[in-house]
Amino acid sequence: MAHQSETSSAATARLADEKSKLTALDRSHLRSTPGFYNRAWGRFRKDKVAMVALVIAIAILIFSFGAPVVSELTGYGYETMDLRKKLLAPGEQGHLLGTDSNGRDILTRLAYGGRVSMMVSVLAVISALVIGGAVGSIAGYYGGFIDSVLMRLVDVVISIPGITILLLLSVWFRPGPVGLAFVIAGLAWTGISRLVRGEVLTLKNRDYIDAARVLGASNSRIIVRHIFPNVLSIIIVWMSLALPALILYEATLSYLGFGVRIPVPSWGNMLDEAKEFYRSSWTYVFIPGFAIYLAALAFNLVGDGLRDALDPRLNE
Amino acid sequence: MSRYLLRRLIGIIPLLLGISFVVYALLNLVPGSPTDQFEFNPNIRPEDRERIEENLGLNAPWYARYFTWLANVLQGDLGNSFTNFAPVENAITAALPNTLILSVTALIFALVLSVPIGIISAVRLNSFFDRFVTMVSTAFFSIPSIWLGLLLIILFSVKFQEWGMPFSLPTGGVRDLRGESGFWDRVEHLILPAFTLGVVQLAGWTRYVRSSMLEVIRQDYIRTAEAKGLRQRAVLMGHAFRNAMLPLVTLVGLTIPDLFGGALIVENVFAYPGIGRLTVESLNQNDYSVAMAAIMMLAFLTVLGNLIADVMYGVLDPRVRFD
Repeated sequence: MAHQSETSSAATARLADEKSKLTALDRSHLRSTPGFYNRAWGRFRKDKVAMVALVIAIAILIFSFGAPVVSELTGYGYETMDLRKKLLAPGEQGHLLGTDSNGRDILTRLAYGGRVSMMVSVLAVISALVIGGAVGSIAGYYGGFIDSVLMRLVDVVISIPGITILLLLSVWFRPGPVGLAFVIAGLAWTGISRLVRGEVLTLKNRDYIDAARVLGASNSRIIVRHIFPNVLSIIIVWMSLALPALILYEATLSYLGFGVRIPVPSWGNMLDEAKEFYRSSWTYVFIPGFAIYLAALAFNLVGDGLRDALDPRLNE
Repeated sequence: MSRYLLRRLIGIIPLLLGISFVVYALLNLVPGSPTDQFEFNPNIRPEDRERIEENLGLNAPWYARYFTWLANVLQGDLGNSFTNFAPVENAITAALPNTLILSVTALIFALVLSVPIGIISAVRLNSFFDRFVTMVSTAFFSIPSIWLGLLLIILFSVKFQEWGMPFSLPTGGVRDLRGESGFWDRVEHLILPAFTLGVVQLAGWTRYVRSSMLEVIRQDYIRTAEAKGLRQRAVLMGHAFRNAMLPLVTLVGLTIPDLFGGALIVENVFAYPGIGRLTVESLNQNDYSVAMAAIMMLAFLTVLGNLIADVMYGVLDPRVRFD
């Protein structure tokens, strides 16, 4: 053969050259088609409303989780009372947002309340995702009897007015903030379980899943490696739209006295405390409610933007 | 059709039984007892408390009490309140009409406004009106009703009185307790709660009608109708409207649980004496018999609402077969 006449070192050099040409080709090819999430981010960035909402949402998170810093800056703790300075209007005597009925600085309490509200809502979304994702993927993947039992369960949970079950569960457990998150999650998982089930049902009959099975992949490997990445965009959109709904749930429960309980401040129970004073100080009522509203609105708009950006049907 | 209806009505029974069992279990596993109210009463000795519990049947295990409760309910006896010992039936019949009036008013308010606004918005896509509607409905979609309710009270009752406006609205309740309550008095008390309850649905449904209408008017048969030379009005009302309304019927059915859940919240903000306020008050007082009946009533209304939505869907869409 002709090749045998070449020296081995020359052959290696040639091989390396060929290889580098190949990899160079590969790289340029990769660069020309950015991944799914890069393209989605490109679309999201062009959406002005969603970008403004994202900035506001991040600002709210920084403000809430930076509550100790806010407390340093205002010079008041969230429980520092001064009964001589009750119900001050915003700006009076160095209180940027005024004081509440116990003479506590509202701005500081707003940050601490936000920290609790955000923590409860985020934790509730994540737990709801874990429950709903598990139920949905098991029901969709295995089908048959398991599917119909799980989906009837979802039907029952959906057809009860959610807030009454939340009230019952929080009367029962008298939960702290973390427990409250799980209680809310115990109700909020139905939506995502239906979405995941539907998606898994269509995905599991695709050829590439059969191919993976022929190659000997186990059920759990197929679910985690081959189905999950394709359900991820739905999960992201659901999370960003569920978060504002759960922020409202937390606020409502705390307002009714069944959620986060005083003295731990949350936006909901701040509004509950403020409502008695609606005749004397409207800003005291306005501020915590506005915080709830702004957070819910911002996360909703981010969710809308993400849905538009990630929906494959809208691909350019 | 009637067979389908019958089968669905029969299907409600196990669902309600399931819900009642879960709710009863949750209520009765709660630590605390209706006799807690006597704990600091010097006239009632611990033996008396035990005797009262025995008389009320509270010392039996909860699952045994569930079947007693169920047997009584099937005979039309909801039991007595644990706090004022009046029949639960009285509390429910006093509260139920108020909740129904509130929810139905809010539903009609939201439907009557969202359908035309959504259609006009879709037909005049990207006009000033359309953008304004999109902005306002987005803004109202995530508004917390507890907050909106309090702000409306502050504006229309407190500030309107302060500013000496020619009229102001009451802060809560269902009628003026000082004198005779006429029709307008009831309406006055209904305006703010019904608006608060309806506005979130109004915002959501407007967005939905708009996008549903946008999808329908792109279809070929709409172009065909236009090509035939039909007036725009006839195309929109006769061809597009009916099909655009289909998903709305499902959506309205699906939001009925939200509507009763929302009524619970709004009733508490406005001290409006309905089933929702009864639920929260009875839960706060450990009055399980009233709470049980109130929650079951809400659940029943919800299940019934879903059924009505399903049947309506079938009536509007001839492709749906009732089999």
